[in-house]
Amino acid sequence: MSFGDYMLFIVGAVLVNNILLAQFLGNCPFLGVSKRMDTATGMSMAVVFVITLAGACTWLVQYYVLIPFNIEYLQTIFFILVIASLVQLVEIIMQKTVPGLYRALGIYLPLITTNCAVLGVAIINIQKEFDFVQMLVFSFASAVGYGLALCLFAGIRERFALARIPKVFEGTALGLVTAGFMSLAFSGFAGLVGH
Amino acid sequence: MSLMKEFTKGFWELLPPFRLVLGLCPTLAVTTSAENGLGMGLATAFVLACSNMLISALRKIIPSKVRIAAFIVVVATFVVVVELTMQAYFYALYVKLGIFIPLIVVNCIPLGRAEAFASSNGVLASGADGLGIGLGFAISLFALGTIREIFGAGAFFGAHVMWSSYEPMGFLLKAPGAFVCLGLMLAAINTISARQAKRKLEAARLAAAQA
Repeated sequence: MSFGDYMLFIVGAVLVNNILLAQFLGNCPFLGVSKRMDTATGMSMAVVFVITLAGACTWLVQYYVLIPFNIEYLQTIFFILVIASLVQLVEIIMQKTVPGLYRALGIYLPLITTNCAVLGVAIINIQKEFDFVQMLVFSFASAVGYGLALCLFAGIRERFALARIPKVFEGTALGLVTAGFMSLAFSGFAGLVGH
Repeated sequence: MSLMKEFTKGFWELLPPFRLVLGLCPTLAVTTSAENGLGMGLATAFVLACSNMLISALRKIIPSKVRIAAFIVVVATFVVVVELTMQAYFYALYVKLGIFIPLIVVNCIPLGRAEAFASSNGVLASGADGLGIGLGFAISLFALGTIREIFGAGAFFGAHVMWSSYEPMGFLLKAPGAFVCLGLMLAAINTISARQAKRKLEAARLAAAQA
């Protein structure tokens, strides 16, 4: 792939096929932590970090463990174990080496294990048969797209505090409708990348 | 009788994904038709009932420090069972649901029920809880899929049902339509439960006045 191809690839992963708004991965934390901007940025950073790392680890596991031993059908179990232990490991290492960042990410790190965007991206990497560099670029770009959508959404949701909202729409219901309109806006990027 | 109560609470009191706002990703992603919604819901219900029972049976053996990891392994095991079964017998549905079948592992509902219920209750009660919540989830997904398919494609289970001049709202089948439709359904359910609560309050006040 040339440099231009990579650029298109990145734009496609960040905007057009946004994992959150177009592919519906990682919606629970999306609605859960998007009420305030600072929690949203913390979560976004943690997600970018973990998705890229988990993408690399699961890719290696797939091609150097599962395929040589002919046990691809255990992919789901292996991947989730790799991700869970990776998150634990990252937590311990960060606590010792960069306590500042660790405190900033706080409870979002352990929560990431059950963020389906992580496992989702890992599985997409394998399904699309990416090589190692493509996998790294795709994982990072997808995670950035996730963070972008999360932060934009948190910005909108902070304003809800000042608005008069019908009682039945308070909380998640209005959040979902808003996410729908954001998704509509993101689908406007579809023309950016050719077929 | 309490088994029945554990079973039925999944249909209204704790109806996922509306009351327990968990498991939104498959809810939004696969409900483009009634059939997909039902298939996904039943697959999740199976995993939920089995994993709840096994976790409940093992609850005294699993050390509490590593319980989350242990729960995930149990859930993942049943997901692989579902994955392979669907591949063998329902291949078309398996292809349509795609990545969301392995993603049942990280669906928060099985883990949430394991943590909140199965880890402190008996095997039968946990099974009833898992089956009830799972079937509630299946019903919700089926309802959402039905609405989106009927209005978005003018069809139900692939058969055309709307009148011939009906212009399908393609919006509903796309990603934004999923969010908006689920949001509106949640608001409708909130309206009904607010009305119920009000009625209960009035009845209590009336009883108090009579006494």
